[in-house]
Amino acid sequence: MNQSTNQLTDWGIQEVSGVGRVEGPIVVVERAGNVGYDEVVEVIDSQGRMRRGRVLEVGEKMAVVEVFSGTSGLTIDGTHIRFLGQSLHIPVAEEMLGRIFDGTGNPIDGGPQPLASTFADINGQPINPTSRVYPRDYIQTGISAIDGMNTLVMGQKLPLFSGAGLPHDQLAAQIVRQATLGSPAGESPKQAQQFAIVFAAMGVKHDVAEYFRNAFAESGALTRVAMFLNLADDPPVERLVTPRAALTLAEYLAFDRQMHVLVVLTDMTNYCEALRQISNVRGEVPSRKGYPGYLYSDLASLYERTGRVKTSEGSITQIPILTMPSDDITHPVPDLTGYITEGQIVLGRNLNHQNIYPPISVLPSLSRLMKDGIGAGHTRGDHSHLSAQLYAAYAHMQDVRSLASVIGEEELGAVDQQFLKFGRAFEREFVGQSPTENRTIEQTLDLGWKLLSMLPKEELTRVSPDEIKRYYKEPHDTN
Amino acid sequence: MSQQFGNITWVNGPVIRARGSRDVSMLEQVEVGDERLVGEIIGLNGDSITIQVYEETTGMRPGAPVFGTGLPLSVELGPGLLRSIYDGIQRPLPIIERETGSFIDRGVHMNPLDRIEHWSYNPILKEGEQVKGGEILGTVQETENFEHRIMVPPNVSGTLTWVAPAKKYTIDEVIARVKTERGERELTMIQRWPVRRLRPYKARLGQNIPLITGQRVLDMLFPVSKGGTAAIPGAFGAGKTVTQHSIAKWADADIVVYIGCGERGNEMTEVLQEFPHLIDPRNGRPLMERTVLIANTSNMPVAAREASIYTGITIAEYFRDMGYHVALMADSTSRWAEALREVSGRLEEMPAEEGYPAYLAARLAEFYERAGYVETLNGKQGSISVIGAVSPPGGDFSEPVTQHTKRYIRCFWALDKSLASARHFPSINWLESYSEYTEDVAGWWREKVGQDWLKMRNHAVELLSEESRLSQIVKLVGPDALPDEQRLVLETSRIIREGFLQQNAMDNIDAYSDIHKQIAMMNLMLHFHERAERIIKRGANIGTIHALPIVNVLIRMKEQIPNNELEKLDDIRKTLDEQMDQLEAEYR
Repeated sequence: MNQSTNQLTDWGIQEVSGVGRVEGPIVVVERAGNVGYDEVVEVIDSQGRMRRGRVLEVGEKMAVVEVFSGTSGLTIDGTHIRFLGQSLHIPVAEEMLGRIFDGTGNPIDGGPQPLASTFADINGQPINPTSRVYPRDYIQTGISAIDGMNTLVMGQKLPLFSGAGLPHDQLAAQIVRQATLGSPAGESPKQAQQFAIVFAAMGVKHDVAEYFRNAFAESGALTRVAMFLNLADDPPVERLVTPRAALTLAEYLAFDRQMHVLVVLTDMTNYCEALRQISNVRGEVPSRKGYPGYLYSDLASLYERTGRVKTSEGSITQIPILTMPSDDITHPVPDLTGYITEGQIVLGRNLNHQNIYPPISVLPSLSRLMKDGIGAGHTRGDHSHLSAQLYAAYAHMQDVRSLASVIGEEELGAVDQQFLKFGRAFEREFVGQSPTENRTIEQTLDLGWKLLSMLPKEELTRVSPDEIKRYYKEPHDTN
Repeated sequence: MSQQFGNITWVNGPVIRARGSRDVSMLEQVEVGDERLVGEIIGLNGDSITIQVYEETTGMRPGAPVFGTGLPLSVELGPGLLRSIYDGIQRPLPIIERETGSFIDRGVHMNPLDRIEHWSYNPILKEGEQVKGGEILGTVQETENFEHRIMVPPNVSGTLTWVAPAKKYTIDEVIARVKTERGERELTMIQRWPVRRLRPYKARLGQNIPLITGQRVLDMLFPVSKGGTAAIPGAFGAGKTVTQHSIAKWADADIVVYIGCGERGNEMTEVLQEFPHLIDPRNGRPLMERTVLIANTSNMPVAAREASIYTGITIAEYFRDMGYHVALMADSTSRWAEALREVSGRLEEMPAEEGYPAYLAARLAEFYERAGYVETLNGKQGSISVIGAVSPPGGDFSEPVTQHTKRYIRCFWALDKSLASARHFPSINWLESYSEYTEDVAGWWREKVGQDWLKMRNHAVELLSEESRLSQIVKLVGPDALPDEQRLVLETSRIIREGFLQQNAMDNIDAYSDIHKQIAMMNLMLHFHERAERIIKRGANIGTIHALPIVNVLIRMKEQIPNNELEKLDDIRKTLDEQMDQLEAEYR
């Protein structure tokens, strides 16, 4: 990785006393000459307490600074600003696994500062598209709705689109706990691949952070997790740094230390709100719902820090979590996320009401990289057709269901009644499973065929006649 | 060649201001700071100069120097373009990789075209001949199937005083001298052209030839012509990129320019890794050999995203000028519009709709108008077809980019999220989409295939729209309430939807459909409808039609009959007629 060469380029430290204007989290410093764009600053109040910030805009003898931990207590004349002459860097080291940090990368678990010989710029650098390795190795999560229908691939960014009150935390914890490098159905798993986990919390509640910590501890994963916590009552501006710090460590582990890294970012909606807050204070022209016009680029600068590169065996797989305000998938945060990430897993309130866990709404969910991570040699030869058939049948079932709610189930034709039965079984048996159930890919695929066998053969136009011959169970077999 | 003309006074992301010389020109390419980051002048006000920078400006500080180049932002054109992958300002990404590793560093300066490779050059024109801009001096066989025609730059004319003999040359060796009114000019195989200025041609011609994409729903229902413009709008996950990739793979263009503008890095990698292995069905060569890729992914600097569209279309124009047919894909024009918005916002310009600048529509028009079917300066015919993806927020087509785009394109392929959810691909909605080229290209089909394509197409569209009307009723009262004749419309439409419109981009046989296969398939399905209709009129019920084994055959023939075994479709027709005859006999 290049970032190791990104040493502290010293632009010289300078100090300025007194600021011109304080507004929300923003401080405008006058009389500051020779300040670099995006430089880190230390803001020292009249009591001598230090907080950090960074430069958002520079002019001649003027700099606009955002202060990570808020501006309360700052005075116009009594505030000292120290410009550190470099962009924000954090130490990165393998021993940061097993540790807990605040939102800007300082340890908060009582342990010492990690010993690190490498300091990396939290902004990272864009991966050259020609250096990427196209992700093709699937990750077995043991969850049928993911493995069977929206397969996760190593090096993919696949967000969970959720809503308030839905079990996204539980699902994310289950994925982290069960994720292993996948192997073809029926073959014994390759040497158990352990993922390193980098967890970043932006503005989440204390108990959510605690839930994840416990979940990691219970599964014995704690020693390979690095947690970056910015909690709900921590300063919002700090949230802009948290995912970047986490991804900087992830890049170091994946591309310098050749590890497979799973990154969980939660909750991206809080992150975006912090971004909007800063944008509003600066009086920028808003686009949709008050979010700045550069929200897409800003999110991309996080999500695109995922993948595999030719120069390393390691990989970064991202699972961002976001809650859709009032379950609206067209809200700017899920919308722009969906345009950047390689698919999405959508949780549905309806399924949740029926007590189906995990309540994954299969139809709006998608994994873009699935097509190259499945099939013979990866999972099983029939996987692609099977999932397309399940999708088509389940989509048709939705139409039948809405028809049934108008004319009544008895009025439906015989075939449509079979579809209805199939749909119910699909939701209960295929999508639904217990939070501790870890299904192999073979179990998932066989279950899919068992459910398809509830439908007449002639209706199955997405699977080939050979596959039907091989996997379809005639009605008398299933009884 | 670059001279300092001023110093930075203000930095805000990709936009900086400098103070200095009043002698620099609007849209001049500049270099900023000691790292010499590439930028472009986008505003002049007295001695204050506004610049957009194509690289990250972290650490940039007031007082740093700014250098002028005296030239507008330009691209290099010449042998070596094919098989390349560039960033938004034509820096070769593989060479950047060699220099700076897997991550893109700042301030890297590279020649877009290789200066070391020797190309075997064959002159055509001779000493003493009069030449005008655009004329073909000679040729280079750039790939096994591609003849790169070396042209006189558009702004040069005069008498050839010297012509290089047929031999191998690098692209910056002199291959001809021209005596012009303003003295003698040395010509090499390389040309530079400003990206924001369109390359000249002799005349625009009509657009009567379809761009065959091998995608049935496009070629049969909503064709785009060579030289035409099309937009693919769709929410995320609706399949814009897969559709764009399919067209880039199978379109019958000589050259494909693919611009990944603000999209995913992995998608560009997929193209890079897949195209060299895919074989062009027309000439048996790898598809990469006719492809130029521009990749400015979403995490690369935003201003270069804005430039990438122009870089791509200028390269397309250069190939068009040689007399080739070029297909240009831009994925996604919305990201380009957002880059405009971001820069505009940082300039504190007055926004129009949704924060976009008021000149959004004008810029879109400028871009799409660079498409067309033309007679080139050298008298050949060439074309650029532009296919732009649009990513409307929330999948809502009423937003400014989709709406303005609709004003400048003539072919609209609306992607539908609910079709995508049911895994109906390509998820092009047949009710919302339209093509204004259908009448124009009907003649070509008649000539090539000898069948009334337009009549078949219109019949299929009628059936599908009838189906949509009927399914509203079905949703309320169930299918049984409909008379059998109308249920037959539903049945035929289902066959057309599943057996014709759906096309599996991952299937070896189905990914590309030859035009003869397309028309034969459609013919069969309409023939089925016609015969079934007659039988139903005689009193058969829809159940017996649905139960005919031929129905499943019709739905599956797309992936069972390869393009080179179309005679098998005749067998299907025979079977169809047999089954229908039998049934008909029962209801005599």
